Amino acid sequence: MDLSYTPEQEEFRARLREWLVKALPALPPKPSPDDWPGRRAYDLGWQRTLYDAGYADVHWDASPTMRLIFLEETETAGAPYVGANFVGLLHAGPTIAAEGTAGQRDRWLPSILRGEEVWCQGFSEPDAGSDLASLRTRARRDGDEYVVTGSKIWTSHAEVADWCELLVRTDPAAPKHRGISWLAMPMDAPGVTVRPLRTLAGSTEFAEVFLDEVRVPVANRVGEENDGWRVTMVTLSFERGTAFVGEVVACRRVLGEIAREARANGRWDDSGVRRRLGRLYAEFRALWRLTQWNVSEGEAPSGGGPGAPGVPGVPGVGGSVFKLRYSRARQELFDSAAEVLGVGALDLEQPWVVDRLSSLSYTIAAGTSEIQRNIVAERILGLPKG
Amino acid sequence: MRFQLTDDQRDLRGGVRELLARRFGREVLRGAVERPGLDRGLWRELGEAGFFGLRLAEAAGGVGLGVPEAVLVFEEAGRALLPGPLVATHLAAGAVPGAATGETVVTAVGGGGLVEWLDEADVVVGEVSGAVALRSVDPLTPLHRVPGAPAAAGPDDLFVLLTAAEQLGTAVRTCEAAVQHARTREQFGRPIGAFQAVKHLCAELLVRVEVARVAVYAAAVTADPVDIAAARLAADEAAVRGARDCLQVYGGMGFTWEVDVHLCLKRAWVRAERGGSITESEELLAGELLVEAG
Ligand SMILES: Cc1cc2nc3c(=O)[nH]c(=O)nc-3n(C[C@H](O)[C@H](O)[C@H](O)COP(=O)(O)OP(=O)(O)OC[C@H]3O[C@@H](n4cnc5c(N)ncnc54)[C@H](O)[C@@H]3O)c2cc1C
Repeated sequence: MDLSYTPEQEEFRARLREWLVKALPALPPKPSPDDWPGRRAYDLGWQRTLYDAGYADVHWDASPTMRLIFLEETETAGAPYVGANFVGLLHAGPTIAAEGTAGQRDRWLPSILRGEEVWCQGFSEPDAGSDLASLRTRARRDGDEYVVTGSKIWTSHAEVADWCELLVRTDPAAPKHRGISWLAMPMDAPGVTVRPLRTLAGSTEFAEVFLDEVRVPVANRVGEENDGWRVTMVTLSFERGTAFVGEVVACRRVLGEIAREARANGRWDDSGVRRRLGRLYAEFRALWRLTQWNVSEGEAPSGGGPGAPGVPGVPGVGGSVFKLRYSRARQELFDSAAEVLGVGALDLEQPWVVDRLSSLSYTIAAGTSEIQRNIVAERILGLPKG
Repeated sequence: MRFQLTDDQRDLRGGVRELLARRFGREVLRGAVERPGLDRGLWRELGEAGFFGLRLAEAAGGVGLGVPEAVLVFEEAGRALLPGPLVATHLAAGAVPGAATGETVVTAVGGGGLVEWLDEADVVVGEVSGAVALRSVDPLTPLHRVPGAPAAAGPDDLFVLLTAAEQLGTAVRTCEAAVQHARTREQFGRPIGAFQAVKHLCAELLVRVEVARVAVYAAAVTADPVDIAAARLAADEAAVRGARDCLQVYGGMGFTWEVDVHLCLKRAWVRAERGGSITESEELLAGELLVEAG
């Protein structure tokens, strides 16, 4: 058990820190949350900046520990997070790297790294949420194209995406897990209609995507036909394993800010408030340790990922343990902010109030907490399927 | 950074687990419940195995290992529900003659003036004059209380940390027991573990264990008082709530004397007090949070 970093890792950290001090003041002003084209440009611009400085592929090429250091330092310095690059960098990219052909990797990976193209994730459907494998969007083969018809929902960043990692049914007769394929669909293809959905926080973070006879080249299929479920499991395990490192750092900073606010406004004098904040502090420290533990596990030689060189190990179901606890802690964090703010928690202009609303999605998105508990119970503890 | 057990640490844990399974398996545990008393023979065997002298330098007759190793050993003790003032004797090794070898049984005044095994101990660390016997809730831990002991004077960090390690081990035991029962007990023609309400209790048991584990292990590496306070909160919760949820999974059986779940719960309650006031730990963390926030 060793929590210290190697000289090489410390040097990486120091260089990154130094670079951030210079790079961050050059950032353009942050666009408003409703300005989608502005957000796209901002997020891609940051990715381009990382690329030029040699940090773009840290999510894929670096060891898990280097990635941890990168996410810790960028978050601590207040650098932008991946934003609209989320799916490209953390789902679609790693999936293509692990499962794609050389040609597919050359076509899609460089543009993700250079901050040129945005991806979105078209998995969920109106009738296929937790039971994702029951998805019905149909892809009919027509020569060297698929003709895709159906609808997707909750597609984050759909409005500004160039590509969609799309799950389609290619064999309706097969058992539900065996008839699915994974396609890269251009969002500007004829027949794609995006209708933004408003979230309870008031913004339009995701959309419905209607697909009407959309033609997608067969060459855009990643993995074998009807093998898309396995390919998807690769993608989902990335989502559940590594996506929250920066957020834990951010939550710890927010907790400190909440404590300062409590002291300033007198709520700190209430021992109940103090004790709850103290407990949350313990919680986020423990979540950071869990992150370090999982990252170290990912370093183990046995965790090496399949396929292309430089692909990090596919994180295991341990990510579900983390996600369960983290999603709850994040909601408690902003609930405690509300407790400290009092009536101010009802004012959307106050800090943390919108974050509190957004935090409500954490126990739903990327696999609900109930589904995560099923995963923990069945795949880690070996309990029978219900 | 490699925050995982080393091969040596894995071997050490495996060795202790084996020793305890052999010397303090379920039969012996239940025998001890019926005939309470400290097994001096076992105590000396633990001494020989290095249980108490683990962190003493080899030159001083110890094993020369560190706090992380001690934590792993105490986790196993907690998993086996091994009785006795183990933490106090371990911490006295080197200072009290015979403690390291298991010849001398040492107890200490813990949180809230609680003293375990006072009548059986050879040496007591701390002031126990006027100590009053309690009718202990835990059949495997005789208790005294020193009246007027200042509530705020918490036990040392290492005492708290090793106690947390024992809590972790007991939490592991409750998780294993709940899962085992959920797999084998059938109702409505299926193992009860196929029912989601039961399945989710088990999943939460594991989540609490894993969070407590990393918190306790990290605190063992850093020995930082803030990490130790965080670790004890996580470990107390994992042990106490773990035993409660395990009891629920067992149904009526869980409410019996015969099933071990109550032994886990009662010991977890004793240790949660022994580790000093939870409020104090929370306040310590809150104070540190403000310092960190600047
Ligand atoms: C902010 C946000 C962003 C998202 N972004 C995307 C995206 O970019 N791309 C994408 O494809 N999807 C996205 N999603 C969709 C997300 O993955 C789904 O919402 C999620 O998987 C749940 O599906 P559902 O909404 O259909 O709920 P349902 O599956 O209908 O679930 C409703 C309730 O039933 C429970 N439930 C369902 N099945 C079970 C079961 N077997 N056992 C116990 N309880 C069960 C659930 O836990 C939940 O409480 C996003 C969601 C949110 C909130």
